[in-house]
Amino acid sequence: MSLLSVFVKYRNLISQLVARDIKTKYRRSILGLLWTVLNPLLMMTVLSIVFSYFFSRYGNIDNFPVYLLCGQVIFNFFNESTSIAMGSIVHSGELIKKVYVPKYLFPITKVMSCSVNLLASMIALVIVMAVTRARVTPTVLLAVLPLFYVLMFSTGVSLFLSAVAVSFRDLMHLYSVITTAWMYLTPVIYPMEILDKAPEWVKLIVNLNPMTAFIKIFRCVVLEGVTAPAILHVQSIFWCAVALAIGSLVFRKAQDNFILKI
Amino acid sequence: MKIENAIEVNDVSMCFNLSREKVDSIKEYIIKAIKHQLFYEEFWALNDVSFEVRKGDSVGLVGMNGSGKSTMLKIIAGVLKPTKGSVETAGTIAPMIELGAGFDHDLTARENIFLNGALIGYPREMLEDRFNNIISFAGLERFVDVPIKNFSSGMLARLGFSIATIVDADILIIDEILSVGDYQFQNKCKKRIREMMDRNTTVLFVSHSIEQVKEICKKAIWIDQGHIRMMGEAEEVCDAYEDPNEKVK
Ligand SMILES: Nc1ncnc2c1ncn2[C@@H]1O[C@H](COP(=O)(O)OP(=O)(O)OP(=O)(O)O)[C@@H](O)[C@H]1O
Ligand SMILES: [Mg+2]
Repeated sequence: MSLLSVFVKYRNLISQLVARDIKTKYRRSILGLLWTVLNPLLMMTVLSIVFSYFFSRYGNIDNFPVYLLCGQVIFNFFNESTSIAMGSIVHSGELIKKVYVPKYLFPITKVMSCSVNLLASMIALVIVMAVTRARVTPTVLLAVLPLFYVLMFSTGVSLFLSAVAVSFRDLMHLYSVITTAWMYLTPVIYPMEILDKAPEWVKLIVNLNPMTAFIKIFRCVVLEGVTAPAILHVQSIFWCAVALAIGSLVFRKAQDNFILKI
Repeated sequence: MKIENAIEVNDVSMCFNLSREKVDSIKEYIIKAIKHQLFYEEFWALNDVSFEVRKGDSVGLVGMNGSGKSTMLKIIAGVLKPTKGSVETAGTIAPMIELGAGFDHDLTARENIFLNGALIGYPREMLEDRFNNIISFAGLERFVDVPIKNFSSGMLARLGFSIATIVDADILIIDEILSVGDYQFQNKCKKRIREMMDRNTTVLFVSHSIEQVKEICKKAIWIDQGHIRMMGEAEEVCDAYEDPNEKVK
């Protein structure tokens, strides 16, 4: 069955799973959706106060709060969606044991419900841009591209992780260590200039890092009001293709054995 | 696949790994690999099983515990993929295989009706239309908004049966669901199964109650340690299965 026909056939299940995630997420907090907006705002405020001082000697980053929030929004989405999607197969054992459903729907719906959070955190970005009187140019519309890239990349990584986590449960604990290290190797908080004195291999990793490309493009169009260099798009598309190819290959190979292991 | 058949099972074999402990973490895997303790103990739960079920037929599977009945049903439902062989089915399948499977135990009965229904592939509008029918057939009016982790096993079975049979599927698969229901619910279920059979639904039925198998099924298949021992009219197969002289062997 083609991807599209699966989505049409199971649209009811998909909306159920996404709605369930969103409901269980917000049922516990009174502030509900507001929290999704407030959380990045508060984090951004704290980090801005601390780091804009530290980083001032690397020249002025104009509008550090927006610079920071751009990075945070993209990286947090990747971190949250892949971490949650990772356990999606392990935790849906009771559902998988009963009837045949395409199993990739489980990690994919997790990524989808995290996208709802991503949209909510966009509200935070708009607020900060308004408060800091950031210059808004038509290039802002191009922001959909980096958002699409990070969505595709996270989907690929989620497929891979959710399949592997069935055989190696402890990976779920290990993963938070990996994403923390990953964040330090991504210019989320710090300006790129900070790397000038860093060893070559660190620079190389940071520049090859797919998250760096997504965030750079996002900052170009949102903060600087210019279109991003083509090389960044090439890099992004390459990483998305790699992640989706490996993710779906591994998932496809592993999926028939899920039921025996969960 | 022949047009008159609802299910065709061709030379199906199923192999499980019966190693003592499941290795499901990187740590264990490495330790076991170093100590050369990664055993794979093969166990063939089904061996070259083949049979056909005609549209509208009702077939009972009988056999001892662990003979492979549930495994066979899971393969037909598409939940398990057979190690060898293939299964073909025609039309929609309403499976009731394991008690409570297909439910999210933290959600309420109401939410589970929509989740479980979506899993089987029923459209939301239909579930909304027939919501009251589902609840009243299951007799759970007072428990609509109770999380189902607080349900008894009979209540779970009622809910599962009620959702799965709310529309006529082409193939109905029932694995010991009736055995946890009280006599009143069993009668209700039998009545509904017969009505569905009259409307040409194919039924696969597993139960340790031979009376029930004889009552509901026209045909029966006796599975013995993963092999088909006997296949034919329900009465005959059940009598042979129950024959005390056979059992001692
Ligand atoms: N996931 C699994 N991993 C390993 N072995 C399994 C697995 N599932 C089933 N088996 C084995 O396959 C055999 C058949 O099991 P199955 O559940 O099909 O039996 P059954 O006929 O339904 O028995 P019962 O009457 O008790 O329900 C059993 O010996 C069981 O140990
Ligand atoms: Mg069984």
